[in-house]
Parts: sequence; C-alpha cells; structure tokens
Amino acid sequence: MKPAPFRYHRARDLAGATRLLAELGEDAKVIAGGQSLVAMMNFRLARPQHLIDIAGLRELDHLGTDADGALRVGALTTHHTVETAPPGTLGAEFEVIRAAMGWIGHLPIRTRGTAGGSVAHADATAEWCLLAVALDAAFLVHGPRGRRRIAAGDFFLGPYTTALDPDELLTEIVFPRPAPYAALTEFAARRGDFAIVSAAVDLDVQGASVRGGRVALGGVAPVPVRVPEAEEVLAGGGSFTACAAAAAAAVEPPDDANGSASYRKQLIATLVRRACEEAVSR
Amino acid sequence: MTDTDTDAGTDSDTGADSLPVDSSPVIGRELQLITLEVNGEEYEVITEPRRTLVDILRHELRLTGTHVGCEHGVCGACTVLLDGRPVRACLMFAAQAEGAAIRTVESLSDGADGSELSDLQRAFRSHHGLQCGFCTPGFLMLAEGFLAERPQATKAEIREVVAANLCRCTGYQSIVEAIDSCAAARREGEEK
Ligand SMILES: Cc1cc2nc3c(=O)[nH]c(=O)nc-3n(C[C@H](O)[C@H](O)[C@H](O)COP(=O)(O)OP(=O)(O)OC[C@H]3O[C@@H](n4cnc5c(N)ncnc54)[C@H](O)[C@@H]3O)c2cc1C
Ligand code: FES
Ligand code: FES
Repeated sequence: MKPAPFRYHRARDLAGATRLLAELGEDAKVIAGGQSLVAMMNFRLARPQHLIDIAGLRELDHLGTDADGALRVGALTTHHTVETAPPGTLGAEFEVIRAAMGWIGHLPIRTRGTAGGSVAHADATAEWCLLAVALDAAFLVHGPRGRRRIAAGDFFLGPYTTALDPDELLTEIVFPRPAPYAALTEFAARRGDFAIVSAAVDLDVQGASVRGGRVALGGVAPVPVRVPEAEEVLAGGGSFTACAAAAAAAVEPPDDANGSASYRKQLIATLVRRACEEAVSR
Repeated sequence: MTDTDTDAGTDSDTGADSLPVDSSPVIGRELQLITLEVNGEEYEVITEPRRTLVDILRHELRLTGTHVGCEHGVCGACTVLLDGRPVRACLMFAAQAEGAAIRTVESLSDGADGSELSDLQRAFRSHHGLQCGFCTPGFLMLAEGFLAERPQATKAEIREVVAANLCRCTGYQSIVEAIDSCAAARREGEEK
C-alpha cells in the first residue's frame, strides 16, 4: 500500500528538531532510519500529518566510551555502525552489544535502522530494548522543557509505548558500566525475524565463579522484563540450569500464533542457560 | 531542498534560527522538489513527499530494473545501494535520499544498450542463480554492496546475508554459489 499524504520537514540541528516538534504538535512524527515507521505508514497503521527527518543531526550519530567507562550510543547510530565498529570502540566490555546486532533483521535493515529508533519504537522483542533493560541503560531525552534522563526500567510502558512525550527527542543511550560477562540470544521462526523469545544475561564473575547477575527476557510480557527470581538463583550460587528453570517458572508468557505459553517456557529454559554459558565463555 | 523552491517545496529545512514552520493542515496533494543522484546522474523530480524511493525510481525516472514486492521491507526485491550500502528502497521516502549517491541494478552492466553484463551478473547466469528473475535485481544489489564491504566474505557469511531477500523459484543454493564464485574471482584478480 501507499502511505497517506504528509508534509516533509528536515531538521538541521537539535534545536531545529525540537522547535519543529513543539510547533507541529501531536500530528508530527520524527523519522530516523524509517525501518519501522515507513513500513507502518505503508500499511497506514501510522498516518502522521508531518514528518520531521532528523537524519541530518550528525551530533546524534556517535559511539564510544566516556571517562567513566560508560558506553554512549547516539540515537542516530545505526545497527550496522555498531556491528562493524573497530575492535577498540566497544571492547570486550561491550562486546555483548556488538554481537547482538546480528540478530536484528538483515543487513539492509541494519544499514538504515537506528538504536534510538528501536527503543522509541519499543517492540517487545527488539534487541536494543532488551539490552537496555538487562544492562540498566539510561535514555537521554531532549524536549521543549529541557533535558531529562530516563532509566530503562521506567521507559517501556507497554507494546510500542514509552515514557517519551510526543514533543521529546531521544538523543542518547547510556550503558553505565562494562558488561564483559554478558550475552544475548534468541529464537525466531526465520533468520532475521523478530524473536519469539529472547534472553539476555549480565553476570558478575569473580575469579572463576559467578557471584550474581541480571537476567532479562523479551517476548514474554508487553515490555522486556527483568526476572528477579532467576537473579536470586545466580546470587545464591545456583547452576545456570536452575537459573533458567527459575526464569521459566517466574513468567506468564503469552499464548498466541507465534507460540503457546508452554512452548515459550521451554524456549526460556533453553535460552537463559545458553546465554549464561555464552557469557562465561567470552 | 532549499528555502527558495517555494513553488514546489512545502517542506522546511529547520534549524534554531530559520523561517517560520508551516504547520497548516495538510490538505490533498502537496508537492515538493527533490534532487536525486542516481547512477551518477542528477535528476530533479517534483512529487508528493509520500512517494517512496522505489516508486520514484520506477515511475518518475523509469528505472524499472528495481522491483517492488511487499512494500514493508521483507522481500528485498527493491534493494538498491545508498552511498554504497544495500538498503530497502520501499522503506524510505525519496526525499530522505537527497544528498546520497544511489545505485540501481541498471548501473551494473556496461555498453550502449547495457548488454555487457558485469562479473556478478555473469556469475548469476553461469550458476543458474535466477529463473523468473523477479528477485534478481535485489539479490544483485545486495551482493554488490556486501562484497564491496567484505571482499573476504566466506560462504557462510554469504548464506547469512542472502537470507535478507526472498527468492521463490530458484532456491538459494545457486545464488550463494554465484556470489561466492564472483567474490573468489575478484580476490584472484586483486592478487594478480
Ligand atoms: C524486515 C525487518 C525486520 C526487522 N527485524 C528486527 C529485529 O529482528 N529486531 C529489531 O529490534 N528490529 C527489527 N526491525 C526494526 C528495525 O530495527 C528498526 O530499525 C527499528 O525498529 C527502528 O529504527 P529506525 O531508525 O528505523 O526508526 P524509525 O522507523 O525512523 O522510527 C521508529 C519510531 O521511533 C520514533 N523515533 C525514531 N527516532 C527517534 C528519536 N531519536 N527520538 C524520538 N523518537 C524517535 C519515530 O517517530 C517512530 O515512531 C526490522 C525491520 C524490518 C523492516
Ligand atoms: S518491496 Fe521492499 S522489501 Fe519488499
Ligand atoms: S528467480 Fe524467481 S523469485 Fe527468484
């Protein structure tokens, strides 16, 4: 299908984009890589009156660690930029993020799709959303009322719904601490599809033993979730298999055309264990 | 898109200090002037902003080599190169492609009538990498972009990459063989 008519506006800088958003109000939508929005417009699931192209905001296209060791990902950084970043850029500390990019769609999607667009779109199984929840990321947001910082745990409100106000722009994702023993894995019906279930873990390793860690799941709830029950198993010195079983027992996954609840539980048990094993084999 | 194309342009190029924003309701057909660089040539098109790149390539520029299937990014028939990288031409508005160098399948072959096929196209032919040919322009541009980025690509990597596009009649084996043999021949050519 063809999209409904709209007016196209090109923002030249952050101030210009903010001003356009403020003046055009709720009828306007920002377009970054367009890999979710254009598909939705072609289906007429989205029919914005105004489209604000922010692709020219080069200040939002950056990737690197800061003095505190946090990884800062500009909202306009593409999946492909992260995937092909020179070894030193993310390092072993953030290899989990680079490696996760291969799960996102296909090469021609990754060359256009952006990190910021992914989290603003907030698909329940999007890899960036799961990484953010698992690694306690924060989102930096810019709007007419100034800047604010939103923790990943407070950002995702429901499927395709976030704490961003309609006139706010996401500018940066901050991953606050190194995650050398973290991994993300998933299962999809076909290579490149959105996952049916995805799992990410970030383990605390001292010497040769696991002292605790974070466990997050996608595809089991309207938003990516942390699973405290599974994290307790890790903190108590339990095995990866026990941790995975606790994760599967703790959640009430949906029962739909992509998979029954019990099928999803089996996936969780396998994927959490696999992610833990991958995390310690780095 | 400049601030002066007032006849055709209803868009704005907005920085902190620019002209007032046109926030009036969008009624009916609004036109916009866009300039595209396709296969090394510059084209000016007056069109509605809602036209996608693939529609402009096919219907305005009459470059019908690029095909269109699903219009939601799944099939890859519309794959073209944007600044050398494979992208879905159905998932971008033509206006978003301003300032970028676009390459379509028409750029691969040489000769006055385009009958001198490129090495990649010849590899598809000799490995039976196509039957009906509907998907072929998309696979060619996907492979062209990927091999430029990864000339050392392994067969496993090629298999992974072609999962991006759908072919419903040839099957993928011969497409993988074609791309792999072209990559190998290019590497050998480099060594000489
Ligand atoms: C065939 C196919 C397969 C895919 N598979 C996957 C997959 O497996 N996993 C996955 O995660 N994704 C997948 N995607 C989606 C892809 O990752 C998109 O790139 C991503 O969801 C959106 O990023 P974008 O830059 O394209 O955003 P756009 O499409 O431009 O925008 C998406 C939404 O975010 C808003 N937005 C964008 N940027 C900002 C910003 N800076 N501030 C505020 N709002 C903003 C827009 O207004 C819009 O509502 C797939 C897409 C396709 C077509
Ligand atoms: S027509 Fe663009 S991906 Fe199918
Ligand atoms: S050759 Fe017919 S779809 Fe691929």
